Amino acid sequence: MGADQLLQYLLSGVTTGSVYAIVGIGFNIIYSSTGIINFAQGEFLMLGGMISVSLSHSMPLAAAIAIAVIVTGLVGVLLQLAFISWLKNPAVLRMIIITIGLSILVREASLHIWDEKVRALPFWSGNETSSLAVLGARISPQVLWVLGVSALMVGALTLFFRHTLTGRAMRACASNATAARLCGIRTSSLVTLSFFIAAAMGALAGCAVSPLTQTQYDMGTSLAVKGFTCAVLGGLGNVTAAVAAGLLVGVLEAASISVLPLAYKDVVALAIMLAILFFRPEGLFGSRAASE
Amino acid sequence: MSGALLEVQGLHHWFGGLHVINDVSFACRPGIVKGIIGPNGAGKTTLFNIVAGAFAPFSGWITFDGRGLTGLPPHQVAACGISRTFQATRLFPRMTVLENVMVGMHARARHGFLAGLAGPLFTRREEARVREACRNVLDLLGIGDLAGRGAGDLPFGRQRVVELARALAAQPKLLLLDEPACGLNPRETEEMSALISSIRARGATVLVVEHDMSLVMGICDEVLVLSSGRMIAEGTPREIQGNAEVVSVYLGADDA
Amino acid sequence: MKRYAPVLLLAAVVVAVQLLLGAVKSEFLLTQLTMSAYYTLVALGLCLLMGYAGQVSLGHAGFFAIGGYTTAVLSTAAAAAFSFAPWLSLPAAVAATAVVAFVIGVPVLRLRGHYLAMATLAFGFIVSRVILGTALFGQADGISDVPGIRLFAGLVLTGKRNLRVQNYYIAWTLVTVGLLFAVNLIGSRVGRALRAIHGNEEAAAAMGIDVGRYKLAVFVLSAVYAGVGGACLVHFNAGIGPGEAGVMKSVRYVALVAAGGMGSPGGTVAVSAVLTFLSLRGAFGLYDDAVFGALLVGIMLFAPDGLFGLVPALRGRR
Repeated sequence: MGADQLLQYLLSGVTTGSVYAIVGIGFNIIYSSTGIINFAQGEFLMLGGMISVSLSHSMPLAAAIAIAVIVTGLVGVLLQLAFISWLKNPAVLRMIIITIGLSILVREASLHIWDEKVRALPFWSGNETSSLAVLGARISPQVLWVLGVSALMVGALTLFFRHTLTGRAMRACASNATAARLCGIRTSSLVTLSFFIAAAMGALAGCAVSPLTQTQYDMGTSLAVKGFTCAVLGGLGNVTAAVAAGLLVGVLEAASISVLPLAYKDVVALAIMLAILFFRPEGLFGSRAASE
Repeated sequence: MSGALLEVQGLHHWFGGLHVINDVSFACRPGIVKGIIGPNGAGKTTLFNIVAGAFAPFSGWITFDGRGLTGLPPHQVAACGISRTFQATRLFPRMTVLENVMVGMHARARHGFLAGLAGPLFTRREEARVREACRNVLDLLGIGDLAGRGAGDLPFGRQRVVELARALAAQPKLLLLDEPACGLNPRETEEMSALISSIRARGATVLVVEHDMSLVMGICDEVLVLSSGRMIAEGTPREIQGNAEVVSVYLGADDA
Repeated sequence: MKRYAPVLLLAAVVVAVQLLLGAVKSEFLLTQLTMSAYYTLVALGLCLLMGYAGQVSLGHAGFFAIGGYTTAVLSTAAAAAFSFAPWLSLPAAVAATAVVAFVIGVPVLRLRGHYLAMATLAFGFIVSRVILGTALFGQADGISDVPGIRLFAGLVLTGKRNLRVQNYYIAWTLVTVGLLFAVNLIGSRVGRALRAIHGNEEAAAAMGIDVGRYKLAVFVLSAVYAGVGGACLVHFNAGIGPGEAGVMKSVRYVALVAAGGMGSPGGTVAVSAVLTFLSLRGAFGLYDDAVFGALLVGIMLFAPDGLFGLVPALRGRR
């Protein structure tokens, strides 16, 4: 395999990997604040893409994306308020089954609103033929958008958690909800906020990646599974580790085409998930106590 | 120490950096009730859980009835003839009292998946035997009338007795009781003491971890005192009561 | 005995339905009823796993597919292997399912809660992707032209219209026997052990129950139920497609078990038979997946004990 091909795989893997990372971060945000695995996480990317595509016909791209992000964030809030917030101490298993059911409903609603056709957002800059030369490989400028947007979101999130009162309150809430409540922190609002953030981030990533990989009503499930792989690989609840994990999964997946038939590409992420769950459930960067 | 039913030698265990069991050795003769007492954090529950097979000790060994017990998982410990109760009652809430006790006899019955699938034709006789034995245990403990009640519906005190019945169902050679009086009022504690005495009268051996002094002093033949993971005294209840070190460990040293 | 009431009721209903349909000349409905029987077998096995051992499997469609595809391949592409006795492809399919269940069960069942859920989901996904990517399994087109299988006493497992009644009874006899086994198991020492494991694993172990072994055994048993369903349906439908292994199918089975009441094999059979039949008839139209999704969410939110759990009098516990 030549250096060119290697670079190609690397770039392609990093691109998809950053999307997986965003899904994984979404899982981690919600898991930290509620202990729930929100399987509908993948659907948020799909919604972001679909909504922005529909809106892009009648308004500038940036506006369409912004509105799609906010609307999807609100969908996340709606899901949390309507289906999750009022349950008293539900069993972990019951919750994950509920979120799986919710992801199906979101998917089916999307199928009926938009139909099964594949859609794509226009390229944010240039078009499908533009390409840039990077270190000897040719990539679409959209790749830089995806990477840039992902990096920006991760950066903003880190700043939020570290330097704002609300962000620190969310971390306190994640670490010990009872103690947080006793300090006067309104944990219920923070939980709702965490759903908004996870959904909005997912939507933005979905918009960024739509020109490259297209958006289809059923793309959410496989993204959710791969996003979960990243979350677990990095250690459930560990936001920053999910980034590294996402990139790793993306690159491994991309590189796998050189040894496996293309059809088995999806199996790579699944195999990684199983390997982590079987051998090191606390993830590469987690501590033993963190895993169940 | 020949003739001992249970022998524990040189037990050590650490949790993280904490030396929770420090060179504990003792033996338990058959047919007696032996109590393990000590202030909070002395390591009583840890010792108890090690003997019950919940986890293996860092070092040391345990023999039971001539067989090595160290490091065996809980279900194999049970198969050796040791039953236990739990400090926080762990009945199976969605099963009836009788069913709970029948599970207690699991190790004493045999039919497995194939017989289970095939049905009553193959399992009827054994099931009847188990059912009757369990009813007898319930009657013995005075709760025969509760047989059909859901275990989760019972008041706490009754649940403790059911848990005792469940442990007895297997006709164990050694019964491990984890704070049987925990959460019981004085009257219930007396009833529990009486039950344990009657169990001993039927030839069982009992090892009991307990805080409640009235129960310990009342029914134990021998008492072992732990403090900070070490054994500081072993003897009859009388001897223990008169032991200055034991007293100071519980009440604090005079010049502290 | 009271616990066999569901089995007898099922047998009675099965016969009554067939006679009724014959009388009103609607025997074409038997086809979907037969298919729903095989799907019900999967739900029944899953009921034992979820309701009694307290384990979840979000990938059970994978076992259905393994059973189905194994017999499909052995009856078509690899037909030479068993040309002396074609019916052997059925036990071969069941054996393959059992082996896979055993192999993945060992590591998977050590997991808990959402890790267990996701691991089983991943399993189903992997089966689905492997099928889609492998030429031997027909990839996206699946396998078709699978011949019927000649069983004993002149019975033939096939979709041929003139043997419709026969196959209806073959399918539903399998379900009835499966229900009988389930009811037997639940009332036995094993059933108690499983319920104990579900109630409190630590206490169960202290009673002498080898928790790991029991979980694995019930996992394999539930997979076998699914494998039998898959293998038989393939011959009835003369083919199979990759959709049978999909996540949506696995979720459906979970929804059916949850709705029937996880601890109630009779309830599971009833709910599964009705809903699967309606789905196959197209009663839910384009909203098919949505219906099962909504069922799952609804049950989990409001009646986690299942529909039959809502009415205590109907709750035929045990």
